[in-house]
Amino acid sequence: MLAFLAKRIAIGLVTLVVASAVVFLVLEIVPGDPALLMLGMNAQPEALAALREEMGLNQPVLLRYFGWIAGMALGDFGNSYTYSSPVLELIGERVLVSLPLALISLFLSTAIALPVGIFAASRRGKPADTISMGAAQIGVAIPNFWFALILIYLFAVWLRLVPAGGFPGWDAGLWAGFKALLLPAIALALPQAAILARVTRSAMLEVLGEDYIRTARAKGMPRRIVLWHHALRNALIPVLTILGLQFAFLLAGTIIIENVFYLPGLGRLIFQAITQRDLIVVEGVVMLLVATVIAVNILVDIGYAIVDPRLRTRR
Amino acid sequence: MSLLEIENLSLSIAGHPVLRDIDLRIAPGEVLGVVGESGSGKSMTALTVMQLLPELARAKGRVTFDGVDILAAPEEAMCRLRGDDLGMVFQEPMTALNPVKTIGEQVAEGIRWHTGANRPDAEARARAILDRVGLPEAKFPLSRFPHELSGGQRQRVVIAIACALKPKLLIADEPTTALDVVLQAQILDLLRDLVAENRMGLMLISHDLAVVADMADRVSVMRNGAVMESGPTVGVLSEQKHPYTRQLAEASTHVPARARSQEKAEKQEPQPLLSVSGVTRDYPGRRKGLFAKPEPFRAVDNVSFSLAPGHAVALVGRSGCGKSTLARMILALDRPTAGEIRLNGETLGGRSEYELRHARRNMQVVFQDPYGSFNPRHRVERLVAEPLHLLDRKPTAAQRRECVAEALESVGLNAGDMHKYPHEFSGGQRQRISIARAIITRPKLIVADEPVSALDVSIRAQVLDLFADLNQRLDLTYLFITHDLTVARAITDDVMVMHEGRIVESGPTATVLQNPKSEAARALVAAAPDLERAVATRQRATGD
Repeated sequence: MLAFLAKRIAIGLVTLVVASAVVFLVLEIVPGDPALLMLGMNAQPEALAALREEMGLNQPVLLRYFGWIAGMALGDFGNSYTYSSPVLELIGERVLVSLPLALISLFLSTAIALPVGIFAASRRGKPADTISMGAAQIGVAIPNFWFALILIYLFAVWLRLVPAGGFPGWDAGLWAGFKALLLPAIALALPQAAILARVTRSAMLEVLGEDYIRTARAKGMPRRIVLWHHALRNALIPVLTILGLQFAFLLAGTIIIENVFYLPGLGRLIFQAITQRDLIVVEGVVMLLVATVIAVNILVDIGYAIVDPRLRTRR
Repeated sequence: MSLLEIENLSLSIAGHPVLRDIDLRIAPGEVLGVVGESGSGKSMTALTVMQLLPELARAKGRVTFDGVDILAAPEEAMCRLRGDDLGMVFQEPMTALNPVKTIGEQVAEGIRWHTGANRPDAEARARAILDRVGLPEAKFPLSRFPHELSGGQRQRVVIAIACALKPKLLIADEPTTALDVVLQAQILDLLRDLVAENRMGLMLISHDLAVVADMADRVSVMRNGAVMESGPTVGVLSEQKHPYTRQLAEASTHVPARARSQEKAEKQEPQPLLSVSGVTRDYPGRRKGLFAKPEPFRAVDNVSFSLAPGHAVALVGRSGCGKSTLARMILALDRPTAGEIRLNGETLGGRSEYELRHARRNMQVVFQDPYGSFNPRHRVERLVAEPLHLLDRKPTAAQRRECVAEALESVGLNAGDMHKYPHEFSGGQRQRISIARAIITRPKLIVADEPVSALDVSIRAQVLDLFADLNQRLDLTYLFITHDLTVARAITDDVMVMHEGRIVESGPTATVLQNPKSEAARALVAAAPDLERAVATRQRATGD
């Protein structure tokens, strides 16, 4: 198990280095002159020269790349051009919004999808199955920003249970912060839950046709227990795969939802940074997202090994 | 009083009749053999008793087990019976165990469920029954996972699960079909002992008359969902009064008529068609530590032999002895670690795929599973014509169809069948299609890996006839890979016995099988079920 873990982490680090090279290439080399890109065509030559100096663009490419990587490794992501503050500080503030948001919606989508998928599989072809999968079909089809607007209208404007947008900050209290994140979390979670429920159902149905389910039934175990004790754990592998992909999407895909709810999260930060051509911020956030995705992948791999003993020794 | 009584049982699944008027009886301590070909309804009868039928199944009639009316019993009552008084063992041990649970958990689970025992007590009982079925603690602790066990060991775990609570009736549905003969003999011995120990009734379902003759006190012969004949084993199988019983018995001991290739053997061809010299194949073993070099596993160990043209040779051995690895190397699908293989004098080693085309044209393969070896979305024409790309000149569409038609006709199918899909054929017909595919390039050598072990006895007899016929007509050379000695006996001139990667004995088939010298060969011959021998032993025992 330890060797397995070490190998996964090593592969993750290599992936991270490759990704950093791609990010650097796309953002700093391909555009030609990043300073010109950031300041626009009408920039003053003096301003351009100053920015080039500040960004170190006059140094050789390799030196710039390694300087950038070394900086990040030491926690120095550079200074934002538009906010004129350290990028790490900007990210730190926003992660406190985006990470709880992603975790809450991940929790919600799993908590909804697994029971619905298992329930539908256990009643295959019956009305309960048809209805829940029909609902899931609708959930997959609805765009989450539109769903978010409906939620705002219903719960914020009409019922006045939660704020319609904005984030009071965690200083205003845990509950206030949670309330502000609840609607966006639901808006993010439901379409994901719909996909996850369908995956869970089909994985469960496949497992329920296996011989060992029949063996368990021949042991005298009732259907319900066979479902939870024998089928679910075997069906978790595809579910974990989708869950890992969805978490990456949740972190990166908050751009629209954070804009709809006016939340100061990573999604809004990267959106604003791109519109303002603040390359340094864009690079920092992208690298953070890459690292998160890789970390989640490692977690999913560990999850596989926990679920399935055959994957512990292999590879 | 009977333990299990089935009267006038009829079963339909989604409106299709599956069973008609089945009558069966099993007394405590009695072994009932249920024989029949696939689709005869043997398994459905068993699943009716267990009430584990598919959802759309409707049963009529009466099934009484130990005083309980099974067909009327509610699900909770069945849950109390299953795994306690009523156990079942299934055919496929590789998939019958949950891969994510330890064998201890899986055996103890039923014990806890039925007796309400706490975990340590249930585990102690699980330990005891695993010891009983031949899985001692030292090598098989409760914490083992199914994937760490072989097929035979897994089947022992399944038997342990079914017998953990000393059931009154055990239903064993083809419990040994997926195992090699030596393992089969061991599992059958175990079942026999369990019957004697606990006066357990045993319903042994098998397609193999010899196994049933060996094990059962009474036999029921089934066909097309109905019982053809029932009675004491000796009477049914020695007198063979019912025509279908006779047909089954004849098919299972069928020997195709072949003009003995003695004169051919004496003619002594100038050079062997296939020569294998000093072939070894190592696979990387499991790493013991982070820096320890993994010890290789030697699957094939310094094997040498040669095959004369027109000969049929059997390569027999237990599962895992290296037969299939050797076959893959002969077919150039795998490369030997050491040694050389020559076909027609040409060496196969170190060649590119393109250079191997000529050799590939001269050797083709027939696999075990006629269901799994075809792409279900291709028509027969395309499937059979596949090897034609090995020819130097690409045939035109018309030539291609002509070749396919000829190949299909020589295996006893119609030229018109080329427009059909594989699912439109029966298992035996599908094996004919794979033989047609193998002979379309006019090869000299056919390697057949368990070509008839997935087929019913009567179809197996027909396919063996076809092999014999093609051997004569096209002067084909065969290498049959099998663990079934009846196949070797029926169709091959010579036999090679393989054990732990080595060929330990070889010679003319009749000589080796009659008078095996090596220990491995003796074990195979002794374990192989034999209908006549089994009936004779039983006759002596009952004093007839």
